[in-house]
Formats: sequence, structure tokens, C-alpha cells
Amino acid sequence: MSDQGLGASVARKEDRRFLLGKGRYTDDVTLPNQSYAVFVRSPHANAAIRSIDARQALAAPGVLAVLTGEDAAADDLGGIPCGWTITSKDGSKMVAPPHPALVKGKARHTGDPVAMVIAETRAQAKDAAQLVEVDYDPQPAVAHLNAAVANGAPQVWDEAPGNVCFDWHLGDAAATDAEFAKAERVVAIDLTNNRVAPNAIEPRAANGYYDDVEDRYTLYTTSQNPHLTRLLLAAYTLKVPEQKLRVVAPDVGGGFGSKIFHYAEELLVLWASKKVGHPVKWTSDRSEAFLSDAHGRDHVTHAELALTADGKFRALSVRTLANMGAYLSTFAPAIPTYLHATLLSGPYVIPAIYAEVKAIFTHTVPVDAVRGAGRPEATYLLERLVDKAARELGIDRVEIRRKNLIQPDQFPYQTPVALQYDVGDYPATLDMALQAIDYGKFAERKAESEQRGKLRGFGISTYIEACGIAPSALVGALGAGAGLYEAATVRVHPTGSVTVFTGSHSHGQGHETTFAQLVNERLGIPIENIEIVHGDTDRIPFGMGTYGSRSAAVGGSAIYKAVDKIVDKGKKIAAHLLEANVADVEFEDGKYRVAGTDREKTFGEVAFTAYVPHNYPIDTVEPGLEDSAFYDPKNFTFPGGCHLVEVEVDPETGVVEVVDVAIADDVGVIINPMIVDGQAHGGLAHGIGQALLEECVYDTEGQLLSGSFMSYTMPRAADLPSFKVGNHVTACTHNPTGIKGVGEVGAIGVPPAVINAVLDALAPLGVTHLDMPATPEKVWRAIQAAQGGAA
Amino acid sequence: MRNFEFHRPQSVADAVTLLKGNDAAKLLAGGQSLLPILKLDLAQPSDLVSLAKIPGLKEIRSEGGDRGDLVIGALVTHDEVASSPEVRQRIPGLAALAGGIGDAQIRNRGTIGGSLAHADPAADYPAAVLALGATIVTDRRSIAADDYFTGLFQTALGADEIITAVRFPVPERSAYAKFPHPASKYAVVGVMVAKTAGGVRVAVTGAGSKVFRLTALEQALTENFAWRAASAVEVPPGDLRTGGESSPEYLAHLVQVMAKRAIQACQ
Ligand SMILES: Cc1cc2nc3c(=O)[nH]c(=O)nc-3n(C[C@H](O)[C@H](O)[C@H](O)COP(=O)(O)OP(=O)(O)OC[C@H]3O[C@@H](n4cnc5c(N)ncnc54)[C@H](O)[C@@H]3O)c2cc1C
Repeated sequence: MSDQGLGASVARKEDRRFLLGKGRYTDDVTLPNQSYAVFVRSPHANAAIRSIDARQALAAPGVLAVLTGEDAAADDLGGIPCGWTITSKDGSKMVAPPHPALVKGKARHTGDPVAMVIAETRAQAKDAAQLVEVDYDPQPAVAHLNAAVANGAPQVWDEAPGNVCFDWHLGDAAATDAEFAKAERVVAIDLTNNRVAPNAIEPRAANGYYDDVEDRYTLYTTSQNPHLTRLLLAAYTLKVPEQKLRVVAPDVGGGFGSKIFHYAEELLVLWASKKVGHPVKWTSDRSEAFLSDAHGRDHVTHAELALTADGKFRALSVRTLANMGAYLSTFAPAIPTYLHATLLSGPYVIPAIYAEVKAIFTHTVPVDAVRGAGRPEATYLLERLVDKAARELGIDRVEIRRKNLIQPDQFPYQTPVALQYDVGDYPATLDMALQAIDYGKFAERKAESEQRGKLRGFGISTYIEACGIAPSALVGALGAGAGLYEAATVRVHPTGSVTVFTGSHSHGQGHETTFAQLVNERLGIPIENIEIVHGDTDRIPFGMGTYGSRSAAVGGSAIYKAVDKIVDKGKKIAAHLLEANVADVEFEDGKYRVAGTDREKTFGEVAFTAYVPHNYPIDTVEPGLEDSAFYDPKNFTFPGGCHLVEVEVDPETGVVEVVDVAIADDVGVIINPMIVDGQAHGGLAHGIGQALLEECVYDTEGQLLSGSFMSYTMPRAADLPSFKVGNHVTACTHNPTGIKGVGEVGAIGVPPAVINAVLDALAPLGVTHLDMPATPEKVWRAIQAAQGGAA
Repeated sequence: MRNFEFHRPQSVADAVTLLKGNDAAKLLAGGQSLLPILKLDLAQPSDLVSLAKIPGLKEIRSEGGDRGDLVIGALVTHDEVASSPEVRQRIPGLAALAGGIGDAQIRNRGTIGGSLAHADPAADYPAAVLALGATIVTDRRSIAADDYFTGLFQTALGADEIITAVRFPVPERSAYAKFPHPASKYAVVGVMVAKTAGGVRVAVTGAGSKVFRLTALEQALTENFAWRAASAVEVPPGDLRTGGESSPEYLAHLVQVMAKRAIQACQ
């Protein structure tokens, strides 16, 4: 192992510019003759638009244009497409209503864009936006799942009666029913998974520029996948061929899923730029972000587990309502289906599983992937249910899990919900986490807390997740509109330094470091001499971007494959230089050597020869040293592990404090342990935030009440203990790197551990249920109710 | 944020002149309440009159010797109050309260005068001022705390009146207990309890549309200064906020718990 290759915690190359405030983000890009866009957004959740009067706004200083849905329709702008089609139980396709970039005639959630004001300065555009007079006819709205499926609920779309987008299922209903019919014990749970806002630190922004000399569009945008955005612009929304479109996602300050999707603003700034003859820039502010970034989660679930009397799982049945919001965002339908129901076996042997998912329209911001995307919802319901089963059957919570975990010798393991797990060692991670938290001494710690008037609770979650998405043929068969491979080009320069062009996109993950480490591992070149280029469709090959913890597993594998081709070509060159047979040349530690001899050529010498081919096998080998690979994964990867949490509850106020967190993950082969720890830390903060603090609260009229950081509580360092993070590695068996993925595990594994810990703390008071987020008032009310109080 | 004229007068009198007859002029102290308002375009003042260059507003002093009042200049920051040896020694409850306002950035900029002029119903200082029976000193008069807070973001200040200092009688004991909002860090409920020469005073911030006194508890504590008194106290429902994030029942409960903790901290 080199000191910069796999397993080395080298410092992140990109941090210098970030720490010095020298990152270059979309809003930092200001072009000559820049103009600025501000959106007029609907203040109503459901309103007919009788008229829009822009005369005053147009007369305001600096205003270049006020554009509406009528203008967009007149120019034949496409609607925002949904990239995944789900087929309902009855064989019908989901209802995919139109999603105009600017609404026409009707607004369907607060924040729906109604008009676009473009002016020479942002302040002028803001002022003029207030002068646009929109005559709304507000109508009853529905924001919450249970209300949306009730009889007589306001309808979001005429074409979706009962607000149902699709009614889908997975698994074997008959086998599951049969298990339940003969079950010795059945445990049921009803719970919600709270709606969260992604809240990347950098709000979304887009700067569109139409060059009428080249007849070409350039879009700078906060995207996790610039090529996907370009594809959707070309094929559906702007309808301009790809070679006329350049999409650049420069430094991006976090995404958490929310920057995967193609948003209306990206299309509109390009379109408007051509109309006004200036580049048009839009930058969201935080309040606007709450009303226009896709949200996450928002499920209501009823689940039942059938068990033997001694606690062996026999079957699981799940019924979920999933909130889609008012429109279908790019991947929205896939989240509660193929990224949720397929995960319901967790790390357990469950012989039969049946899941039904109904997707529901409401007058709210669209819901799509947020860190974990479907997998946190699956893990949450399963781990809550398993804990409840342990309690009802009187079995220790650790033991019931141990009893049902898939054992290391059962892999590959075929679940009843489509997935086949390749490898894992769940008992190992369970033991590792228990040891890290010193589980044996929990009772002592509980007694100590009690002396301080605090109720201490211990919570556990054993989880798996599926990432490294995904085999293209498989997702295609399941309704995806795209393939999910990744691409890489490796260009070796004449002096032996390297530039890698990757389709993955780094927006905090550290690819500029970890991808360079991958190349270092194979070629032995110092990472200082390896540059990773990403984010610009004019420079990088067509790739699918970064989400679903796929970059290292899929993008990294593409890099490995491209490097393999380089190494092979180098062998031919080296064989020529060394006057040996190609078959006899080995490559190791950055050197080509004739096997069993000390005759060798360095990689640098070979690279130089490739570009200065004086003494060269020119008849059989082309000059140059550059190659590309597209890697299509053979399966998902399956990280898993165990997350343990201890909390202290103040029974007087209901305040929950997380006092200890110990996790043991198996994320496959680790490139950079420090970055893996950092990803785990961020994910844990995210997951604890969802469990205790975060929630998008809509009132019954569809107004978002938690629309700023004064009410929407993000987790902060002071809300979190120091995390104990451990890793137990089993290498992924089906990709060349052995990597599984780490970006989401924290957000997936920890929320149920937190709530299980709170419920454990409150069990002596008789509290048996809580929904996330476990805010102080909610906890206090649960205590009051359990104690027979008025609440 | 809109354009405005920016003034830096050198005296209180000049500042008053700049405010007089100009409804669209606003004083600027630490800017920690005003600037967010301007950024969100919730107010569009034509003129901002900064207090920064006026001498004498940043002092903390004891008047009339050891037993005299503690006087804090209007422009003294939260952090300066929290870390002042004089405040910590003479009214430790006040120093602790200031040290629990917002976060470090807010405490480094925000001022006591700005906080009292703004009169946010969830701010901390109003509880201290009311419980300690302080006096708000302005460019033209002195206003007793009991007369100062008139409603939601409303005070007895005239449109062109400037707070110059706050005069605190030194209590025998005092303590503040706060239940901070997890996001904003403002008080969901804050209770200040003070044992003063004139009797026990208890003030509650956060729970209502303005800071208010809890007279029933004051009476109970005057008879017997013991924390058990707190749980017996009914909070008048009319004093409590409705329609906010916290229900009135929970607010009433938190008032009791915070009162209890403040009393315990006094002992
Ligand atoms: C994120 C955040 C968290 C916060 N948390 C808390 C908290 O936990 N507890 C809390 O109490 N406060 C909190 N605050 C408010 C903070 O304490 C402010 O500093 C304070 O409310 C205003 O003081 P300022 O000096 O910043 O006044 P400014 O913002 O400059 O002014 C506020 C208002 O007072 C007027 N004014 C200022 N000085 C005078 C004067 N001398 N005479 C007359 N009028 C004057 C101004 O014209 C303006 O209308 C928070 C603020 C923020 C942004």
C-alpha cells in the first residue's frame, strides 16, 4: 500500500480553496451584461390565477422582462419531466400530471412559480416582482396524507381521483397472508416519517447564457449531475440538441439529493437569456429554498410483523402512503417504491414480505430523494417494529435482532423483495458497536442519570441499505428513464501526470482526493500529480452524477476500468522498450517489469514514450495514453451495520439529549478513513436532526409554517455528542473496487435508534409510541398522556 | 435591503435631531434585530442613525457606592454584560442571562438598549428589567420597567426617543431560567426571579405577547421563598400566547418548571 492509496487518511485536496473562502459557486459566476431573475411565487397552496398584470413591474427601473406561463407556452417550453414511471397493481401507469415551468391558470403549492421578473440588478428585479399583480382565486387545499385520502378531500389533479398517483405493490401477498394466518404472534405499528427539507448550505442557483454568435447555451447550475440536467433540457424542456448545450456545475455546496433533479429555474434562465439578450442569473434565498427545493420523506405507514412465539420473524406486511407533493419531481416515484419497499427485509431473514405503497398528491412542494431516499423510511419502520416486537414478546432487543440476522454464510442472500445481497457480516458489526458503547454497563449509566433526574434510554438499529445504483437493465425494467452507469476518462500527460474526467460530481464528498487516491493505488503517481475534473459537460464524458452513495462504488469502478486499459496499453509499450513479450511484462508499484528480472521501465518513461513515439511499436499500438470506460454495476451494493444511541430525557420538560452514539458500519473497502468518518458524522447529524429536530410543518391550508431557520431546527454541533465510529469491512463482491458506499448510512441507520432510545427511556412511564421529530412538547405530551394527564 | 442614508452622530442630541419629524428614520445599535428585518425587506427606513460614535453609551458603572444602582449604558453588548466583573459580582443573575442570549455572534454585536427598544416578546432582557424593577433611562426621562412594556413589540418610547442607559437596583438574589427555542435560541419561556429590597418579583418572557409579572408566585415567595411554590402557581391563561409552535398548556407548564429552576438557582 502506498502512503496515498487505499486506506490512507490524506488531507482533502479541495479543502484549501474551501477553507480560504475561494470556492467558486454558481452565484460567484457573473458574466458580462449579467441580468438577474426573481420569481413571483404563489402565496396560496391552491389557487386559480384569474389574471396577471405586469404593467407596473415592466415600467419599473431596470426591468428587462416579466415572463409568465403564457409566454412559456407560446414558446413551446416543455414541462418538467418525471424520470421514473411506476406501474400500479392493476397494470395502469401512474398519473403523471403536467409540470409547467411557470404555472398557467393554477398554482398548486405555496411557492409555485407564477412569473419571472428579469432586471439589470437583483434589487431591481426584487422590487419589480412586488409590483406584479396576480389576481388569485384561492381554493381549499390539502397538505397532509390522511386528509388527502379522506372522502371529499380537495383534489390536486382532476386526472388523479382520490389524489392517488399510483397504487403499487411488491412481494408475495399470498405467502405473506399464509404466514400471518398461522403466526404465533403478530405485532403492529402505525407511524409517520416526517417531512424534511434538504437545506444544503448553498441554496440553489442558476445562471443561463445564450450566445447568439455560436447559437449555443451555457448553464451554470447547482447540480449533482450536470449531464442528466443537460439530457433533460435537450430531450424535454428546452428542446435544443446536446451539442448546443453546456451545463456546468462548479463548486456546489452540498446537495443531499435536492440538486439531482431538473428544476424549472434551470430551464427558465436559459430561455429568458435568449429572450432578453443577457445572461440571466437566479439565486434562491433560504426562504425560497424551503418553498422550492424538493422535500424528503413524508410517509404514513401501517406495518405488521408475524413471529414465532420465540421471536423468529416469519412475515412482514407494510402499507404506506407516500406524499408526492403537487407535482412529480424527477425521481419521486422511485423513492417510496424501489428504494423503499425493496429494503424491507433489512438485515434479517424474513421468509415472506408484502408491501403496498400508495403515492398521493397534495398541495405541497414536491417530495423526492433526500439523503437515504426511501431507505431511511424502510429502516425506520422495520427497526421500530422490531423493537416493539421485542418489548411485546419480552425478548431482549439485542437478542431478537441477533436471532434474525442473516448469517455470513447465507450470502448471496435473496430477499423476498427483489434484492440479492452479495455480502456482509451483520453479527460482526452488531458486536463491534455493542462493545464500543460498553453495553454491559448501561444499567450503571442509567442509574447515574437517574440521580440527576434524567431518564436514560438505550436504542439500537441494525440496518442495511442499497446503494451504488444501479444496473441499467434492472432499473430500466423497473421504470427508470435513464441508465445508471458511470463514466471516466483517464488522460496521462507526456510527463506522467494524470487528469481524470469523471461523470461523478463532488459537492462535499471529497472526490478530488479520493478519486486521486484510487489512481494512486493503481499507478503509483502522487495525488498531487492527479487532477480530477468534474461538473462540466464540455469536458467530462456522459455520466450520471452523484447520489445514492454511488460515486466511489460506480464512478470509482469506472476509473479503475479506464486505468486498467491504460495499464494494458502501457504493457505493450513497455514490452517494446524492454524487448520482451507483452505476456511477460508485469505492472507493479508504478513500474513495468519483465517478470522474474530486474529489467524495468517506470510508468513515466512509458507515458513519455507514448507521446514521443520515436522508438515505438507504431504498427500495432497508437501513440498517446488516454482511455475511457463506462462501468455499469452488476448489482446494488449493500452497506450495513449497527447504530447505537443513548439519550437522556428530562421528564419535566421533555427535552431529549443524545449523550452517546456508537456505530459500526460495513461500507466495503475504504479509500480514505478520515473522509469515511466525516461522511458518517454528517449522516449521523442528519439522522439525529430528523429524529429530534427537523420537520416541514404545513398547516391545513397548505401554508409552510417552518419556512426559515428561526423555526426549522437544523442539528448543530452542540446538539450532538462525539461519535464513536467503527468499520468492519467485507468487500463488495461484484465491483472492481470492493467499495459499497458511505454517504447515506448515518441518515439511514440512526433515526430509529434515537427514537428507540427515547422510548426505552420513557418505558417506565408507560409511553409506548412517539413519532419523529421527538420535540420536547411531543415528549412531554406523551408522558402526560401515559400518566393519565390532560394532554 | 433598500438603500438608505447612513448617519453617525456624535451626540445623543444630534441623534434625536436626525430622528425628529422623520418617521422613516431608524436608530441602529448592534443591528442584530434591525438588519435581519431590513434584509427580509420587512422595513424600508430612509435613514439609519448609528449610535456607535456617541460617547458615554458603553459604560457599566455603579452609582452611589456599594449599595447603589448598577447602570448599564444602552450600547453595552450582551457579551460585555455577561463578562463584566462588576455585573457578575453585583447581579450574577443578569450576567448569566446575558450570556445565554442567542449565540456568540449575536452577543458580540447585540446591545441591551437595542434589545429593550425592540421588545421582542421572546427576548431575555425584558424579564431581567421587569423582575429587577429596573428603570429605562432615555434622552428625556426615566421609565419604570412596569410602565415600559406596553404590548407585542411595543414600548412606552416615543418615536424619536433614545434609550441611553438602564438602571438596575441590586437585588439580594436573582436568577434566570430559560427554555430556549431549539432553532432560534430565543426564549420559549424565560423566568427571572429576584429577591429585592421591595419584595420578590417574578417576570416571565416568551410565553406571552409581552413580558409579564407572575404576581401569585411573587406573593407565595414573599411568604416563603421555596421552589415548591412554583408548581402551585396557575399561570393566567390570558397571559399566554396561542397559535404558536408551543401550545398554551405546554407554555404554562414550562413557566412553572422554569420558575422552579430559577428559584432553586437563587437559593
Ligand atoms: C439568530 C438570533 C438569535 C437571537 N436570540 C436572542 C435571544 O436568545 N434572546 C434575546 O433576548 N435576543 C435574541 N436575539 C436578538 C438580539 O439580542 C438583538 O441584539 C437585540 O434584540 C437587539 O439589539 P441590537 O443592539 O442588535 O439592536 P438593533 O438591531 O440595532 O435595533 C433593534 C431596534 O431597536 C432600536 N434601537 C436600538 N438601540 C436603541 C436605543 N438605544 N434607543 C432606542 N431605540 C433603539 C432600533 O431602531 C431597532 O428598531 C437574537 C437575534 C438573532 C438574529
